[in-house]
Amino acid sequence: MSKHLQANDDLPVTGAGDLSRRGFLKTAAAATGGLVIAMYLPACGKPENAAKNAGPAKQITANAWLTIGTDGSITVLCDRSEMGQGVYTSLPTLICEELGVAPSSIKVEFAPPGKEYVNALLGAQVTGGSTSVRDAWEKLRMAGAEARTRLIAAAAKDWGAPPQSCSVADGYVVFTSRRKSFGELAEAAAALPKPENVRLKGRNEWKYIGKPQQRLDTPSKVDGSAQFGIDVRLPGMLYAALAQPPELGASVKSFKADAAQGMPGVRQVLQTSSGVAVIADSWWQAHQARDALQIEWAPGANAKMTNASITAGLKSAASGKGKEVRKDGDVEQALKSGRRFEQTYELPLLAHATLEPQNCTAEFRDDGCHIYVPTQVQQFAQGAAAQASGLPPEKVFVHTTFLGGGFGRRLESDFIPAAVECAKAVNKPVKVLWTREDDMTHDKYRPPARNTLAATFDSNKKLNAVKIHLVAPSITSRWAPAAVANGAIDPFAVEAAHNFPYDVPNVYVDYLQHEIGIDVGYWRSVSHALNCFAVESFMDELAYEAGADPYEFRRNMLDKQARWQMVVDTAARKAGWGHAPSGHFHGIAAMSGYDSYLAQVAEISLQGDKLKVHRIVCAIDCGQMVNPGIVEAQAEGSIVFGLTAALFSEINIAGGRVKEQNFDDYRMLRMNEAPQIEVYVVNSTEKPGGMGEPATALVAPAVCNAIFAATRKRLRTLPIAKQGFTV
Amino acid sequence: MIKLTINGQAQDVEVAGDTPLLWVLRDTLGLTGTKFGCGKALCGACTVHIDGSPTRACITPVESVAGKSITTIEGLSSNRSHPVQQAWIELDVPQCGYCQSGQIMSAAALLANNPQPSDADIDSAMSGNICRCGTYPRIRKAIHRAAELTGTGKGSG
Repeated sequence: MSKHLQANDDLPVTGAGDLSRRGFLKTAAAATGGLVIAMYLPACGKPENAAKNAGPAKQITANAWLTIGTDGSITVLCDRSEMGQGVYTSLPTLICEELGVAPSSIKVEFAPPGKEYVNALLGAQVTGGSTSVRDAWEKLRMAGAEARTRLIAAAAKDWGAPPQSCSVADGYVVFTSRRKSFGELAEAAAALPKPENVRLKGRNEWKYIGKPQQRLDTPSKVDGSAQFGIDVRLPGMLYAALAQPPELGASVKSFKADAAQGMPGVRQVLQTSSGVAVIADSWWQAHQARDALQIEWAPGANAKMTNASITAGLKSAASGKGKEVRKDGDVEQALKSGRRFEQTYELPLLAHATLEPQNCTAEFRDDGCHIYVPTQVQQFAQGAAAQASGLPPEKVFVHTTFLGGGFGRRLESDFIPAAVECAKAVNKPVKVLWTREDDMTHDKYRPPARNTLAATFDSNKKLNAVKIHLVAPSITSRWAPAAVANGAIDPFAVEAAHNFPYDVPNVYVDYLQHEIGIDVGYWRSVSHALNCFAVESFMDELAYEAGADPYEFRRNMLDKQARWQMVVDTAARKAGWGHAPSGHFHGIAAMSGYDSYLAQVAEISLQGDKLKVHRIVCAIDCGQMVNPGIVEAQAEGSIVFGLTAALFSEINIAGGRVKEQNFDDYRMLRMNEAPQIEVYVVNSTEKPGGMGEPATALVAPAVCNAIFAATRKRLRTLPIAKQGFTV
Repeated sequence: MIKLTINGQAQDVEVAGDTPLLWVLRDTLGLTGTKFGCGKALCGACTVHIDGSPTRACITPVESVAGKSITTIEGLSSNRSHPVQQAWIELDVPQCGYCQSGQIMSAAALLANNPQPSDADIDSAMSGNICRCGTYPRIRKAIHRAAELTGTGKGSG
């Protein structure tokens, strides 16, 4: 689907944020978006390397992402949030490549909200949709190349040398035996007119792209120094614990705070827009006092909601007709031509369960409201804080920290307003921190789905028709309503179905939006996980119907899909398809998403009903890689994430309340349960594909297909632990 | 007043004795490397060493560790030179990194008692530490690598 999400028109977008967490820069330059130059004296601190000239180094803004100090120091602003997926390394690498400097030699800081940082694939400054490298690929290399062109031009002018005879290496412009450092040239380079002919380096010139590079955030993540949102400490800061309605959609009717107010350390009890906050000298004191609050909740519309009511609602809706997503040939006619094979696949609500619980720290200063927050959406965060503070967005300064997991949870800003309201009420910095239980019971859950697929074979046992009827809520209709206005189909509801790859003459896909009464959210791989489970389970069922080998059945219908066929073949070959060890069984699944192509083979065994997942083999074609180590790590991590969900995960609701509370009843895969994971990446020079998410979605169908191979029992709903297996 | 020894330094703290050690470390002393994940000893993000034993700080009342030697991630080494930290860097283990202080403290305690752990030993010692990003394959490799580094005398700690 080429359709891109368009940002909500009401989205607050400010041009000038506070670029200066460390006092190097003071707004303005970034707002221009181009290469307009501004110079700033550092507000404080010493440059890390002594400048050749006396006095503190000036920081020269080359563009929205790059600052060069007169001391030669290079700072890259990372405009996507680092939540484990590696943007803190991969995005600066693109600039470093063109600039001819080692990524390990630069500093990285997180960018503020800004128009120049809008993700062209999503229409807002969003870290999500596995878009970071895809969006940055041309843009950041061009930013680096333009800076290089200017630096060379400045040196060439100085030397009277032809620019085309100059080159860059390790922070210097070089011509014959002469060289000048970027630091010496930065001011002159910035003063030059915008260069006309900016050349991107050729593939054969790359030193860093596609080569093993260490992550730049690793050192700070092995000594405890990496600063996550929860770690923010400000002078005079207070801490708050928040009592939120136990029933989703309920609200505060009344509360008594006398007991809480008298407890040690408690400063204030405050009703916020999202519950009752206790503000205290320490978070533990706030948390203790929260338990002493007596709150009467006013029930909302979900007071009678249960899992069963949600499932029944989906089933009832499913008889309707959805919006047409794809139509090849005439499916209805074809389905009448032979025996109709039909199955329905249902998936439950899931929680994100980022290991860092939701939190936000807010502080009011003379210039406005500052929030320190692990967010995937700087502009939305700014908008949420603006609304809560009563300030215009340009007076809200967003300081993005490292994220202790994102997975889509931090595309939401529901944890921000209470912090702002508390800080405003006490006129001191306040950190609001949710407990694990708060987090588990107040998520924006992955939507459930009920997908029905139908097919017929022709007289030669060739697949003649496939109909895919998708029924699920639309996340985008809440999150960015403008993107799905005027009847547009939510592109994040039909993934891994609209691009059904198999060579079948009659294909029909429709999507029926059915809302369930609670907010649902983007969860790693979004609808790929919902739809890949249905499509790839169904393909497996069809293979057995046809008496065919599940791998051969697929690959024989992928002759026109070279990249799909390559990954399916690779996964099968590497897994030893057809030669599973005695007592072990293989299942296969394939998918394309985020411009990447993947196939997985799961290897399982069963002792009675005790399931063991031994091994997952994953073949990937994600086009040109920026950092192979990160690609591999994302595949490994996504597979563990997907396997956790497939085996264990389900959010249950009764009386509008989420039953699961913590990791004892919302189980996570652990070290002793992690399978052997093998990742094989096909060499490719196609444009980069996203890799933060897709490998998540294939695990459930691959494992369930292996279970069928072992038992002839077909699982059409998850988690596996609830389907008669011990895991 | 509770007298603590943290990373070799004596510290006196004025907190209620039943306050979990985690919050004393993080909020009172500013040692934020030790993380909060669950509050119920289910995830291991808050793992520290008490007299060398891996311990969940989130359910450990601070008064119970008075006079004992407490080591946090900040005290494991002063310069990331502990073999576990070296191996973690070499294999680029962390993704989001939030659980890694706890993972590293559990792994360091394992290796202190068992310099050449088997995969089964690793499973047993590390299964109390959740990594939501799924870095388990790399953690396993890195523990084996740290054992090698320790054996060859590289790294110090």
